[in-house]
Amino acid sequence: MTSAHPIPLLQAHGLSFLRADEPVFGPLDFVLHTGEIALVEGDNGSGKTTLLRLLAGLLHVGEGELRWRGKGWNRDERAGEVLFLGHQLGLKMDMSPRENLRVAAGLHGQREGCGTSSVLVDVGLAGYEDEPVRRLSAGQKKRAALARLLLLPAVLWLLDEPYANLDRAGIALVNRLLEAHVAEGGAALVTTHGAVSFHGGEPKRIRMHG
Amino acid sequence: MNQASVSHACAAVLRRDLTLAWRRRGDIAMPVLYALIVATLFPFALGPEDALLQRIAGGVVLVTVLLAMLLALDAMFRSDIEDGSLEQLVLAPQPLALMLGMKILAHWLTTALPLIVIAPLLAGMLHLPMAVMGVLLLALLLATPMLSLLGAMLVALTAGTRRSGMLLALMLLPLCVPVVIFAAGAVAAAQQGLPWIAPIAWLGAALALALVLAPLACATALRIALDA
Amino acid sequence: MSRWIPLWLHKLGSPPIFYRFAGALRPWFLGLALIAGAVALYGGLVLAPADYQQGDAYRIIFIHVPSAWMGLFVYGVMAVASFIALVWRIKLAEAVAMESAPIGAAFTFITLVTGSLWGKPMWGTWWTWDARLTSELVLLFLYLGVIGLYHAFEDRRQGARAAAFLAIVGIINVPIVHFSVNWWNTLHQGSTVRILGPSKISGDMLWPLLTMMVATKLYYVASLFGRVRADLLELEGGKDWVRRIATGEVVPGEQA
Repeated sequence: MTSAHPIPLLQAHGLSFLRADEPVFGPLDFVLHTGEIALVEGDNGSGKTTLLRLLAGLLHVGEGELRWRGKGWNRDERAGEVLFLGHQLGLKMDMSPRENLRVAAGLHGQREGCGTSSVLVDVGLAGYEDEPVRRLSAGQKKRAALARLLLLPAVLWLLDEPYANLDRAGIALVNRLLEAHVAEGGAALVTTHGAVSFHGGEPKRIRMHG
Repeated sequence: MNQASVSHACAAVLRRDLTLAWRRRGDIAMPVLYALIVATLFPFALGPEDALLQRIAGGVVLVTVLLAMLLALDAMFRSDIEDGSLEQLVLAPQPLALMLGMKILAHWLTTALPLIVIAPLLAGMLHLPMAVMGVLLLALLLATPMLSLLGAMLVALTAGTRRSGMLLALMLLPLCVPVVIFAAGAVAAAQQGLPWIAPIAWLGAALALALVLAPLACATALRIALDA
Repeated sequence: MSRWIPLWLHKLGSPPIFYRFAGALRPWFLGLALIAGAVALYGGLVLAPADYQQGDAYRIIFIHVPSAWMGLFVYGVMAVASFIALVWRIKLAEAVAMESAPIGAAFTFITLVTGSLWGKPMWGTWWTWDARLTSELVLLFLYLGVIGLYHAFEDRRQGARAAAFLAIVGIINVPIVHFSVNWWNTLHQGSTVRILGPSKISGDMLWPLLTMMVATKLYYVASLFGRVRADLLELEGGKDWVRRIATGEVVPGEQA
């Protein structure tokens, strides 16, 4: 039995976050295993971003319980295993995508067999590697941020609206990244408005209630 | 999978901040210009009398440098907050206090160091005796890192607020009173031919303490300020 | 017995219970503060003999000195409450810390004003860079910084946590400021006039002073209780117990 149900990567029981004593999102229960993608769905203001920021470790757990690999919710336990991509991309406008990636790799380390150049080609920024980020279009900036996902080692990806600002090819790119990540035994939580289709079956869904 | 070593991470943060400062060289010049303007205004306000200017020169230079640093302090984390780099730094699997220490070091190198370089010029304009110049520079070398460290902690606290300029000054004043007293005290003592080593030693001791504690406090303050 | 104290404290930490507890005790504290204050003023202004050096002007110490003590005392309370608020995230501790700040600032302000009123006839000037006066001024700025930071945040609880952190930094700073200002004072001028000589205070002057000290403490508690009660109502605005108070229902347990 235990082999069929390994310890989940992430478990939430009655999780909620309070702002000025008002719950931003209601009590939430979900389980995420490695090799799974969960779509976080909900209307504007239902707390999708707040949930991701909480899981990233920027916010404290308001009420309820979170477990990481069956153990407590502890910053050191998760160190280096989580990547967060928020609304703000975390890119320095005065530096090129390549320089931005080097800083990120300096902080997080990098995956075996990945280089900044190859990663930037993979996300479709060939020819723009050394252009300051401020000169790139919104979609290209997004791609520059997505390159971090390819380069940095992490198990859990927390992606806040990864499809925003992207063209059709970009959306396909995000889906490809997610599929490859899951196939390697990673997991991801993704917030989105639009419909998403994966080749690797139906993703899990987490409904948010405001 | 290669975990990043702490030294690599430190180097990455330091190099990034210095690169960014270099690409916006104009911003580095601003506090220096400001200090020049303030120091120039004093003789106009007080009259060009040598003896008077000489007596107040040390204090004027110190306060001017402090105000110029305060001006630049507000920007220490602002762009990082706006573009989300600060979140990435907080979430990186590295000791946050150390990373912030690197940011503070970069900030000190880009704002305080140019001010220290022009301090002899400012002091010369106010006729500070050459013999005292060394003590003034020593006092500045010890006092400016203190201000950077204390200021960084307060800027981190206001990271979650909209307006912070005036508030920062209000919060920094009580913390920098002892720094100003000892730094100016050393210069005044040297000018009167008294031993000045005691206040310098106190400053050095305080700096050693702040070097250890302020980055830790800064990390705690930042986690509080981002947590909402 | 000792087992009951933590439980009792834990219960008291819950906002509705503290609200009732503070509401019941507040009039007593306020009444006692007024009585003690009146007695102390009578003792200080009427009964105590005039000072052989300063005449009647010294009588301002019956306000000035207790205020100065309270300025520091309230800062201490604020720092302890801040520490509790930061470590255990207790809402009541946040409220106590943040509502102490304006009271402490007021006491410090009174100290400064009475000090300069006294200084005018004594020193011939209403402000002098005396070590104590300067320290008091810095203390006032510390208070103002805490208050300002608290109000700069949109989320009040987050503001309380940030300001609590500043209060703790400040309490480390207070002795440093005092020490450095003393050093600075000896560097720049001779000995300063002291309001109180080290030992030459007579019993006639001492008891009104101590009574006033008790009165200010009682007043502080009464004022704090009132402010924290108002704060809790606001912070807990959506909760059931507040709604019951607002709609005029009897709070369970109060009729007993």
